[in-house]
Amino acid sequence: MSELGIVYALLGAAVAVLLSGTGSAIGVGIAGQAASGVVTEDPSKFAKVLIIQLLPGTQGLYGLLIGFITLSKIGVLGGGLADLSVQTGLLILAACLPIGVVGLLSAIAQGKTAAAAIGIVAKKPDQFGKAMLFPAMVETYAILALLISFLAVSGIQV
Amino acid sequence: MAVLKMQRISICALKKDRKAILEKLQSMGVLEVNHILEEDEDFHKMDTVGKKQGFEKAASSIDQSLDILERYAPEDKSMFAALEGKKLISSEEAVKVQEERRELLKTAKQIYDLDREHAERLASAAKLTNSIESLTPWLALDVPLKVMKTDRTVFFPGTMPGGTTAEKVYEILAEKAPEAESADVHIISQEQSTVYLAVICLREEAGAVEDALRSEGFARPSQSWEEAPAREKEILEQKIAACQDNISEIEEKIKALASERERLKIAADYYRVRADKYEVLGTLPQSERTFVISGYIPAAAADKTADYLMKKYDCMADVEEMQEDEEPPVILKNNPFSANMEGVVESYGLPVKGEIDPTTIMSFFYVFFFGMMLSDAAYGVIVSIVCGILVLKFPRMSAGMKKSLKLFFYCGLSTIVWGVLFGGYFGNIVDIVTGKFFGTTITPPALWFVPLNEPMKLLLYSLLFGVIHLFTGLAIKGYLCIRDGKIMDFFCDVVLWFMLLIGLILMLLPSDLFASIAQMEIVFPGWLDTLAKVLAIAGAAGIVLMSGRSNKNPALRIALGAYDLYNITGWLSDVLSYSRLLALGLATGVIASVINQMGSMLPNNVIGIIFFILIFIVGHSMNLAINLLGAYVHTNRLQFVEFFGKFYEGGGRPFHPFRENTKYAEIKEETLS
Repeated sequence: MSELGIVYALLGAAVAVLLSGTGSAIGVGIAGQAASGVVTEDPSKFAKVLIIQLLPGTQGLYGLLIGFITLSKIGVLGGGLADLSVQTGLLILAACLPIGVVGLLSAIAQGKTAAAAIGIVAKKPDQFGKAMLFPAMVETYAILALLISFLAVSGIQV
Repeated sequence: MAVLKMQRISICALKKDRKAILEKLQSMGVLEVNHILEEDEDFHKMDTVGKKQGFEKAASSIDQSLDILERYAPEDKSMFAALEGKKLISSEEAVKVQEERRELLKTAKQIYDLDREHAERLASAAKLTNSIESLTPWLALDVPLKVMKTDRTVFFPGTMPGGTTAEKVYEILAEKAPEAESADVHIISQEQSTVYLAVICLREEAGAVEDALRSEGFARPSQSWEEAPAREKEILEQKIAACQDNISEIEEKIKALASERERLKIAADYYRVRADKYEVLGTLPQSERTFVISGYIPAAAADKTADYLMKKYDCMADVEEMQEDEEPPVILKNNPFSANMEGVVESYGLPVKGEIDPTTIMSFFYVFFFGMMLSDAAYGVIVSIVCGILVLKFPRMSAGMKKSLKLFFYCGLSTIVWGVLFGGYFGNIVDIVTGKFFGTTITPPALWFVPLNEPMKLLLYSLLFGVIHLFTGLAIKGYLCIRDGKIMDFFCDVVLWFMLLIGLILMLLPSDLFASIAQMEIVFPGWLDTLAKVLAIAGAAGIVLMSGRSNKNPALRIALGAYDLYNITGWLSDVLSYSRLLALGLATGVIASVINQMGSMLPNNVIGIIFFILIFIVGHSMNLAINLLGAYVHTNRLQFVEFFGKFYEGGGRPFHPFRENTKYAEIKEETLS
């Protein structure tokens, strides 16, 4: 037993939420700038560009998901901290890394793609269906990272 | 599940029936005009550009007047105005408006002129207000604000830089124009940066005095006035009041014209329809007494239309099959359920000639996957009820909108089913509420299993659904090959791949890797193991040998085959892509739980309950919105990338019939009689 185990585990939850949340904020921000430009010209496209702007926001949610599961696993939620060895704590930290790092980078990349997709909607609003797909392609990798983080966190025995 | 069969109809008729036939065709809206006949010495095209533009101009000027009306007297629109669709009017009403179209055009012009006058009045009122502002500092002056002369003296007003005092002015004068002793300076008013003053001096010294002051920043006012400033201000205010009266009068006039709005709309539509008609007319080859119109028509409507026209007019309508090299426009026809997914296919691309319409097969997978990704029974109920109510309440909404809403209605139903299977009702709201307020935690049982507890199980099922989806796609490709008689392609591109993939899957199932993932061991009888190996090896060998079959060079052929075998990684990534079914389903559930958890941390009293409800409503609305978006986008992706990638390219041209393309109102269809 060591006091540090729980600290590492909490650090893992923090990393998952922190990095992916930051990425989503940047991504949604980039897309939002493009969206604002379109709405200045044509306010009727508001709903369409808003939907595309939201796409890079999901990484933040995935981070939240992993963070939440980690918190409830180590007992931060609802009291009664679990006794964690340093090894288990580090395991949980490592398990949280994929969604943190991939979430950060993929959300930024997705934000840029979303900005370009908003350009499609600006010029050809009828191609909305296709425009939405390009950012969704990027998200695949965040989903894969989420999956591994989730399986790892829920697989670690506390 | 089909692409509607198209035929070509060619109608040759007398010119005297031209108007009637064209209008009939336009109101039926079944024909896409497409001419094969070139101009020759007998058949010429008519120049209708001028007339067409005339109608377009009329339509746009009425549109403009409607915009103006909307500005002055906004129409009462409900929040769901976009869903209401075009108004339905009777044909008598339409005819009545058509007869009065010239007056309505005049009304439109009148509205436009009134609006311009309104703008002019506003501009002059603004100008007058500016004048008053420029007069304000001079109000203390009780003589007219202009240069005035008596026999001996001159009076002139002007401004100096801020901070200038009367003493300062005298100093300047003493320094720069010492001979001018007669000057009398009055400071009228002072501002931060400007001092307003009036100067009186002898006539002969006026020039010197002004020059001296000018060197220190003196300037005459930009405008001179005939009356004293206070009096001028009164006059200006009267003028503004008159302007304002005028403006409100014009506003009233325009508002009074708002009662014409509905009729203006119908007239605008009339002109639009006429413009379309003249556009078509301009493309028709016409001889001295006859004209020809030709185009694509759905086979189901072709004979009926031809018979009707031939019975009613002296004309010849000929229906024929498509030529080999023709690429007809596409209309999809599906059962009432699958028809709602046509929009999804359309946004990817309509089938080109020789492809099948994938809508029906796709529709079932679509609803299935969508429900799995959202997977919360309560969310499904909300989505279904909202879409269902909207569809019932607004029967005249546009066809595309209706299809989308019905699509979400069915997806909502599927979500309910998955939610019940996985035990998700607003995440874990039942546990939280019963635990918090009643002391005993009740968990609604999942009909199948809870994904959060057994994620690996759901992951395997997701991949299994993926394999089924992908194999269906490959099977359709096989069907297409057989239908087109390409047996070789069928064997090499479809059967060999099936052998390889099934062989590999059968080899994977009894392996340790699978056992560790699935936590269950599958033991196949020996013959099945052998069969798996045989299938995989035969398939792989076949692909290596046959994929490059179009190439004569044997070495290149093998190399191409080996490269094609590399596609196995593509299949792997395609299958893994279906893991999003698990991930998105988990995301919905876990984030819903986070919201519930947040609510449950509040104290157990009245305020706590109020905030609990508030968090519940806001949080779940957001979670529903974002997960609905996610489920929609990712279901589309699975269809477009993974499924369509196996057999479908798209790129067909949608059917654009010659019809009454109105903007505001639709005229009730006349029946074929």
